[in-house]
Amino acid sequence: MDLFAFIHKNARECVDLTLEHVWIVGLSVFLAAIIAVPLGILISRNERMATKVLNTANILMTIPSIALFGLMLPVLALAGHGLGKVPAVIALVLYSQLPIIRNTYVGIKNVPPELVEAGRGMGMNRWKRLKEVEIPMAIPVIIAGLRTAAVMNIGIAAIAAYIGAGGLGVFIQQGIARVYEEMIITGAILVAFLAIFVDAGMALIERALTPEGVKISRRAGQ
Amino acid sequence: MNNSFGKVYRFFLVILLLALGVSLERTGLIEYLSDPYELGYTVNLLKQHLVLVGVSMTMATVLGLGIGIVFTRPDFKRYAGIGMYIVGLGQTVPSLAVIALAMSIVGIGFKAAIFALFIYSVLPIARNTMAGIRAVPPWMIDAARGIGMQDMRILFQVEIPNAMNVILTGFRVSLIINIGTAALAFLIGAGGLGEHIFIGIDLMRSDKLLAGAIPIILLALTADYLCELLGFLIIPRGIRIRQET
Repeated sequence: MDLFAFIHKNARECVDLTLEHVWIVGLSVFLAAIIAVPLGILISRNERMATKVLNTANILMTIPSIALFGLMLPVLALAGHGLGKVPAVIALVLYSQLPIIRNTYVGIKNVPPELVEAGRGMGMNRWKRLKEVEIPMAIPVIIAGLRTAAVMNIGIAAIAAYIGAGGLGVFIQQGIARVYEEMIITGAILVAFLAIFVDAGMALIERALTPEGVKISRRAGQ
Repeated sequence: MNNSFGKVYRFFLVILLLALGVSLERTGLIEYLSDPYELGYTVNLLKQHLVLVGVSMTMATVLGLGIGIVFTRPDFKRYAGIGMYIVGLGQTVPSLAVIALAMSIVGIGFKAAIFALFIYSVLPIARNTMAGIRAVPPWMIDAARGIGMQDMRILFQVEIPNAMNVILTGFRVSLIINIGTAALAFLIGAGGLGEHIFIGIDLMRSDKLLAGAIPIILLALTADYLCELLGFLIIPRGIRIRQET
């Protein structure tokens, strides 16, 4: 089939674009986690702030991605970054906020109060309780949030090819423009596979990072 | 802490609105939309967008509900796990990829876009219908059977009303994704408000770009709000009260 011929002929470009895609998504999820995880922990201490932050993040999520790129373009153009990777990463960071903040918040909120109480009884201060009781208990849920964000960002990063961010969307964009079917299908399949692959990979990480003790107690609970 | 946060939040909102107003004037959007020809053109694009979303969502809702209901019937229950898995896998496929693949299957134009949007929107609805109906407690169905209800009546009077909250969430997610994906329909020749955005990017014209981006955002936010209202209308009061407590 022509498809394989296309992939074979352009193997180098396929790999390069995939790596570029992974780089954009990886960077944005990393930056988003740095902002969103502490924010999620913070709002789990403050109910009123939680509603407001979650609502704001919810509204951000509702904005369609191409419209957000469009909205940011004139603003960032003032700083000379209207097109390219910068607006793409900013948009991806914004989109990742909701899943990560929400999961961190829910994860910390769902830590059984008796465990926190036990930590206090052992003489742990607030910081230590957070570090050794609450975060380890919440880690699977937090990683699940990162997973949602990463999979979603892979899809949105494909659209970012239209604002010159590169990545696998380039294949789709160029393919549509040239009505070059093999190119479109290659791009679409690679993006889809990347998303499915990252989803499965993050599921493994989720399992690996769950503390042994939590796994045991979960098994006992079933 | 709480109070000062509220103040900062309100301050932030005011600044945002001011910045928005100034930038609208500076980018020439107001001027652009004052032109009667351009305004009419934008309204026309909005109509196209609404038709794309409306037609594909109607079809998707019907099929999604159907799939969800079929996979929760006793005869097909054992396939529900596989069904959920496939639907979940389908959801990881990016929207641009679906649009592009639809173009290579159906060709360019309105039909291809409707097809892509339809396929993509079925997934969240089917998934949530399945999840919602499966989450109805078995004792409730037992009770319904105990008072002599037939299978059909159990479905329509017990299972669906109790699952409505979850189904509606799926519908909302689907609708929001649909509105955003319909913006990409321009790429395969189906028009819609995406036309302003993509052409605006190509020409580097902020006014045209914003004339597409802002209506799409407002459309999505309105749809989100309307779905919330819809919840009040179609979820029976007794169930709403029970779920809130």
